[in-house]
Amino acid sequence: MDRDATADVNAPHSMGTTIIGVTYNGGVILGADSRTSTGLYVANRASDKITQLTDNVYICRSGSAADSQIVSDYVRYFLHQHTIQLGQPATVKVAANLVRLLSYNNKNMLQTGIIVGGWDKYEGGKIYGIPLGGTILEQPFAIGGSGSSYLYGFFDQAWKEGMTKDEAEQLVVKAVSLAIARDGASGGVVRTVTINSEGVTRNFYPGDTLPLWHDEVEAHDSLLDILNASNPEPMST
Amino acid sequence: MSSIGTGYDLSVTTFSPDGRVFQIEYAAKAVDNSGTVVGIKCKDGIVIGVEKLIASKMMLPGSNRRIHSVHRHSGMGVAGLAADGRQIVARAKSEAHNYESTYGEPIPIKELADRVASYVHLCTLYWWLRPFGSGVILGGYDRDGPQLYMVEPSGVSYRYFGAAIGKGRQAAKTEIEKLKLSEMTCRQGVIEVAKIIYGVHDEAKDKTFELEMSWVCDESNRQHQKVPEALLEEAKAAAKAALEEMDAD
Repeated sequence: MDRDATADVNAPHSMGTTIIGVTYNGGVILGADSRTSTGLYVANRASDKITQLTDNVYICRSGSAADSQIVSDYVRYFLHQHTIQLGQPATVKVAANLVRLLSYNNKNMLQTGIIVGGWDKYEGGKIYGIPLGGTILEQPFAIGGSGSSYLYGFFDQAWKEGMTKDEAEQLVVKAVSLAIARDGASGGVVRTVTINSEGVTRNFYPGDTLPLWHDEVEAHDSLLDILNASNPEPMST
Repeated sequence: MSSIGTGYDLSVTTFSPDGRVFQIEYAAKAVDNSGTVVGIKCKDGIVIGVEKLIASKMMLPGSNRRIHSVHRHSGMGVAGLAADGRQIVARAKSEAHNYESTYGEPIPIKELADRVASYVHLCTLYWWLRPFGSGVILGGYDRDGPQLYMVEPSGVSYRYFGAAIGKGRQAAKTEIEKLKLSEMTCRQGVIEVAKIIYGVHDEAKDKTFELEMSWVCDESNRQHQKVPEALLEEAKAAAKAALEEMDAD
């Protein structure tokens, strides 16, 4: 397991990632961390893994950054044409199906786990999980990425049907923050996107606003600063 | 009313000096001379009825269907050249299937009508193809409710709440206009369509006919299907009774 500790800066960009999508009473909330790593090096510590496909449909990307970007570009293109032909916004189901077809038919070449979430006038808020092989599953909530392993038990306990927007947002932020605490491949900030009949809202939670979990320590001043202070105490409580 | 387009009617890629494409108009004549097809949009669904003129007494009743299911949620009644109509139905089925395979949802009726119309129109653009000698009345029930479209041999497609093609279309349209469709259920609509078809059938000029009807409505669970036997018989009886009443006047 201990390969060359000098980070693999030329390794393909992978989003270790924690991604989440939940439905609530009136819409959906998508959440993600912001770490993109190449091997052990964090290539981007503030990436945006929540990508827009249409006005009313967004996706969370995990796995290979390149693969998930290409899939999302193709689906955005197809959805755009579909919207023009149909004369009205595409449904979340159609968007998810297009993602699934690409994932499934190119399964030998792609490595992406995608969560599709959005709102349309027929079905309201919907979440679809499309993991590695190209299965499609409509779920009341979906989790993905390496950090999601630590969240299965959490959601079993904390999830409930028909939450309010604020409850759902807090749940998502808490969950991503828990995963970041335990998963080395997830980190940075928490981004959320809320989609409902009124439109889309983006939120941003910087790392230092997130709660501290078991064993995580508060930020301390450096010992050097203490030495320079007027009254050097060995350690603050 | 009709004129011969001498010289300008030999090819579908030729316009006449007054801007008409005669081949397409002649194709429409094939539809006008066929048995009547009627479609109505009631408040809870669509009813399609066909006056199926029987060519020979030896044909089994129920054969030579003029109404076809395109998908679970939609069906078409065809008028004009039967073989041409067959092709249009086959294309519609194919389009509906492809759409669902790609997009994961049943094809919206509007989209289906657009695709059928494009296909019919396509066959009016090349000299090495002839226009379809048939028109169709397409009815379906999707997420936006029940919808009725009519596609003509020229490739135009409009949305209707009541439509008729074939021999008795003028009389049928007059009758349809008298109906209050927005207040009618399909159950009642079936009776009305039967009356219309029986009413426009010309006993003197034409051979006997068989009434073929289908619907797609809330009662049929939004599936396109033949009108149930019992209701069909009820409709036929009501239609015959209405005819006698008219004759008695």
